[in-house]
Amino acid sequence: MSGVWQRKDLLSLRELSAEEIGKVLSTATVFKEILGRPIKKVPSMQGRTVVNLFIEPSTRTRISFELAAIRLSADVVSLDKETSSIRKGESLQDTAKNLEALQAGTIVIRHRSAGAAHFLAQRLKASVINAGDGSHEHPTQGLLDTFTIRERLGKIEGVKVLIIGDIVHSRVARSNLWALTKLGAKVKLVGPSTLLPKEFAELGVEVAHTLDGALEEADVINLLRIQHERQVQARVPSIGEYATLFGLNMQRFQRCKPGVLLMHPGPIHRGVEIASELADGAQSVILDQVTNGLAVRMAVLYLVSGGKGLGGES
Amino acid sequence: MNEILLQGGLVVDPATGREAKGDVLIRDGKIADGKAGKSAAVVKVEGLVVTAGLIDPHVHLREPGQSAKETMATGTAAAVAGGFTSVIAMPNTSPVADGPNTIAWMKQRAKETGVAHVFPTGTISLGQKGEQLAPIGSLRQAGVVAITDDGHCIQSAELMRRALEYARMFDLPVLDHCEDRSLSAGGVVNEGKWSRILGLPAWPGIAEEVIVSRNVLLAELTGARVVCQHISTAGSVRILREAKKRGILIEGEASPHHLTLTDDRVEGYDTSFKMNPPLRTAADVAELRRGVVDGTIRFLATDHAPHCTYEKEVEFDQAPFGVVGLETALGIYLTELVHSGLMPLREVLGRMSMFPSTYFGLGRGTLAVGAIADVTVLDPERKWVVKKEEFKSLGRNTPFEERELKGRAVLTIVDGKIRHDLDGRSVGA
Repeated sequence: MSGVWQRKDLLSLRELSAEEIGKVLSTATVFKEILGRPIKKVPSMQGRTVVNLFIEPSTRTRISFELAAIRLSADVVSLDKETSSIRKGESLQDTAKNLEALQAGTIVIRHRSAGAAHFLAQRLKASVINAGDGSHEHPTQGLLDTFTIRERLGKIEGVKVLIIGDIVHSRVARSNLWALTKLGAKVKLVGPSTLLPKEFAELGVEVAHTLDGALEEADVINLLRIQHERQVQARVPSIGEYATLFGLNMQRFQRCKPGVLLMHPGPIHRGVEIASELADGAQSVILDQVTNGLAVRMAVLYLVSGGKGLGGES
Repeated sequence: MNEILLQGGLVVDPATGREAKGDVLIRDGKIADGKAGKSAAVVKVEGLVVTAGLIDPHVHLREPGQSAKETMATGTAAAVAGGFTSVIAMPNTSPVADGPNTIAWMKQRAKETGVAHVFPTGTISLGQKGEQLAPIGSLRQAGVVAITDDGHCIQSAELMRRALEYARMFDLPVLDHCEDRSLSAGGVVNEGKWSRILGLPAWPGIAEEVIVSRNVLLAELTGARVVCQHISTAGSVRILREAKKRGILIEGEASPHHLTLTDDRVEGYDTSFKMNPPLRTAADVAELRRGVVDGTIRFLATDHAPHCTYEKEVEFDQAPFGVVGLETALGIYLTELVHSGLMPLREVLGRMSMFPSTYFGLGRGTLAVGAIADVTVLDPERKWVVKKEEFKSLGRNTPFEERELKGRAVLTIVDGKIRHDLDGRSVGA
């Protein structure tokens, strides 16, 4: 194992120390440099098997994990709900034990139930990486967002990060707030009172229900995807009203700091969370997030599988 | 003539006010007086407490239909192991107990296979669907001691009103699991800091309190007797306290887990801590305890809800609600209420036998001469550690695994027959 990283699994950022988060970020920096080379592949996970168990659909995260595993020379298999036996009524426990019996060393899981990654990690010898569990956490997203901020601003300590949107249902918001506060950022959550309950104030962040005063001081604005699904319908009148109150439009953007970073975990709703021009504008780092996601996921796969084979990096 | 003499124990019988060292003689299934005959089995119980058999007003025996979870045989074995001689069985079986035939079957099955008394309840609505009344009069004739839709709280205030009016004709208690489903909305843990951290769907206390309030108003309107089951929030306690002050016939029920555990226990997504209603906060636990002590909440139940291990070993939000309780409840109540100094032993024992017997008309709950010989002998000082693998219940879903408790039933006698003898002290007697 490599120094401060002793974990077999990555389940949540809440349980990580600042040192462990720092270790992932520094490892990701190495991988990002490798990704800039003509030959982007390293042999760190040669002969190892990574299974992407995506019980809840996802394109971006799954492809990112697949590519990360391939770049590390691992053999990678991806399963979704339709191709796994879960569709035939097999329990998650049985599916996972079968994968382990097939000697999968690392299981990357995306699941709609909060705690699904913990559930597997408690029962398997294989490494488990949480790729998003219900409304709980999306640790690699939190790490890649943190990585992107640090890359652009050179630090996390003291940086003012504003996260806007449907916080209560957001695993991205949770993972971000843990990583950022542990590294010393000042995090403020803003959203409608129905999507941002008061208890979030107990988690070491500031909570507000207006963009007034929040936009002006933010160094980073992270806009979460708002989905007008059944659970949200009872909480906000319409997407239009949400956009009116909380969308980042050109007018509001004028009030932001000149160097503000605009982030979004994707997929974006142009004209809802963020004006189309801003999503494509100079302050947007939305595509950097995607690129950095690859380096961060390589770092995580590498660290949970023992962190060997990178030469000086140990 | 068949005699058992329990010799030299501390007899605590709140029904008669007896609390003194002495003997209890059982003859042919009844509490007797006079001298024991020469052939009497003498069981020495010095240093132990002899009391009327405990009664659990809220258990799930799972028969008919779910015998992989529990049966009448295993459920009643768990009952006697925990000191209970009678249990009131919930009607959410398969089929649900919404007609007299199912009740008759349950009573027969309990008689043939059970080792404790089983008093069935029937449903309030047909199929527990909350749409139309079950044949409550026929259920009463078949012998139910109460009606309840158990986990399926009647959502229609109108139907609940009619159910209370109707049950009032028979003086039949109505038990309600208080949950406004529009507010609990698929929640699985208490709404609060921990639901936010864990990202689990939240079941707010207000969903219980809205229904407790409704039940208070409907109990007042109809004069029916209503029990709000497994109360979990401080707000519910305050609503009930105020209602009881006004003389409304409403009661509250406590469970061992709501009285001892808080919602931070779900941190590891362990489904042994998933029950309905969910565990609440320390402030709720404190108010519940106050409510039990001041008599706002008089029932001390278990809500024994066994499930198969494979059913519980799934994603947290997918797992069934419920925990077992029959074999740990007495230890919890003695540890948390008596040894903690909140309540005297006789008060807790009275709440666990005389009170439910009187309320449901079970004709038990006393050691008076001539009474049915349901007797529990307990060692209030006995320290022990909960081990789920030792349970008689088929259920292993306990939130109290490895917990050290003080106080345990050592001998349980049902109808004059020894059904549980922890230390084998009756062997050869």
